[in-house]
Amino acid sequence: MKSLLVAEYRDGKVLGSIGDLLGFAARVGGDHVMFMVGSEAALPPYTGKLYLADAAAHGEYRPGVHKQLLLAVIEKEQPDLVVFSHSSYGWDLAPRVACVLGFAQVSEVVDYVDNTPVVPVCNAKLRRTVAVKSKGAVLTLQAGAFGLSEPPSGSPSVEKVQIDGADRVEFLGYEAAEAGGIDLSKAEVIVSAGRGIGKAENISLIADLAKALGGEYGASRPVVDSEWAEHDRQVGTTGQTVAPKLYVACGISGAIQHLAGMKKSDFIIAINTDRDAPIGDVADVLAVADLTKLVPVLVEKLNAR
Amino acid sequence: MKILVCIKQVPDMESKFKVAADGRWYDTADLAWRLNEYDEYAVEQAVLVKEQGGDTDITVLSIGPDKVKEAIKKALAMGCDRGVQVVDNEVSQREPLEIAGIISRFAKDKGFDLILTGMQSQDRGSAQVGILVAEMLDMAGVSTVVGFSLAGAKLELKRELEGGVKARVAVTLPAVVTCQLGLNTPRYPTLPNIMKAKKKELLSLPVSDLLQAEPRQQTAKVYFPEKKGGGLILEGEPAELADRLIQIIKEKTAVLA
Repeated sequence: MKSLLVAEYRDGKVLGSIGDLLGFAARVGGDHVMFMVGSEAALPPYTGKLYLADAAAHGEYRPGVHKQLLLAVIEKEQPDLVVFSHSSYGWDLAPRVACVLGFAQVSEVVDYVDNTPVVPVCNAKLRRTVAVKSKGAVLTLQAGAFGLSEPPSGSPSVEKVQIDGADRVEFLGYEAAEAGGIDLSKAEVIVSAGRGIGKAENISLIADLAKALGGEYGASRPVVDSEWAEHDRQVGTTGQTVAPKLYVACGISGAIQHLAGMKKSDFIIAINTDRDAPIGDVADVLAVADLTKLVPVLVEKLNAR
Repeated sequence: MKILVCIKQVPDMESKFKVAADGRWYDTADLAWRLNEYDEYAVEQAVLVKEQGGDTDITVLSIGPDKVKEAIKKALAMGCDRGVQVVDNEVSQREPLEIAGIISRFAKDKGFDLILTGMQSQDRGSAQVGILVAEMLDMAGVSTVVGFSLAGAKLELKRELEGGVKARVAVTLPAVVTCQLGLNTPRYPTLPNIMKAKKKELLSLPVSDLLQAEPRQQTAKVYFPEKKGGGLILEGEPAELADRLIQIIKEKTAVLA
């Protein structure tokens, strides 16, 4: 078994998802090599062969060019598995590579049992094992599913790759995250609102509870998309990653993207009407209740202390 | 401008799911079905392009059994011009490559300038189909789009990356764009538009005419994940629950010290 791990680089840095790639490689065993479009000034912590294409020459988001670079490396290395992160980079590039290569692509892999990828279905309410019928497979790994217990280290032996490729997608630049005053990563207590709060006005309940516990309030993606809360309060893969002492998830079902942003919290309380909601898998305590009834009472009792 | 919007019908994710008798998908009986949330943004974006003016024609396509006509009719009521159902009772067992193969076979030689779809479905969530269609039709493909601006044949897009960062990119049509949540605000169909939609063309094609890609994977088994357990489940009246939660917060965390 040989894996080609596709590391990600953005704006001068190797992204942290490399820990998942290495954790996965350790899990499946066998040989592995790595590929990255990046820079020699920022090499990934990796002991092994790294095929490095220069981001300045090949562009940070030029999927057609990155595809050609990867295909050249694949031709040389003949891997059984081509492994991406399930991220904005991976889900754009992986299908292009799989399509050309004749490999099956299995997305959002959360487990790998007996050489079989396992993926979530329906917001992680169900799981699905996938039988691969092609000679190899392209996988994208769910963030955090294959993490390492210790940060990766080491220096790669670099082999440079380059091509003269054109692309129809023109990269114009990055736009930074909206600058906001709220840095949830520093909050010791976060009370977050999910779609289950039902309406915009109920944000005040969540804010009141956060205040009563001496913390900040956050929100899941649907709440931010509905404009019930500002983007700088969003917790999850496209928002902030947090690790407070106490996280209270109100009306949050527990989509994987949200869990990835908060599951490192020290203590997690979930308030949800659905006792089978996936948030229950990470919560230390699940209060099965209507938050609009429970939260006001909780706030009153906390404030009366 | 000719636009194709590819949509999927999915169950409401709040449903109580059951595993199907063959163990390879969820049981589709007794579920409430809706238009895949990501695809609503694709439909809305197509209609917004049409509203920019010019001669624009929007075809909306969905693959599946007869009930997918409901999703198609919603898209027609939102403003698409014609619907196509690819009749396929086995759709839930098709892998993304087969789905993309059906779409690209349909779209080939029809001269679509823009193909829009959601970035993923809510049930299967593979996030592959749109980009595969772009590859198969040899068109530019941009995924995970949260910003869309079309001027002439030039499209400026914002892709959503992790951590709130966006990448700005440009492509010249024809192109395939996959839509992320938050791209726009999908409209609710009005009653007059629902009535008008009933008169719009809705063509049905057998999947056998369009199926081309050989599957490279298949679902082996669908099952409920083991509950990790360990977590305490509390039930009761609000006042009693509140007292217990405060007690637990005091005992297990330092935040109420």
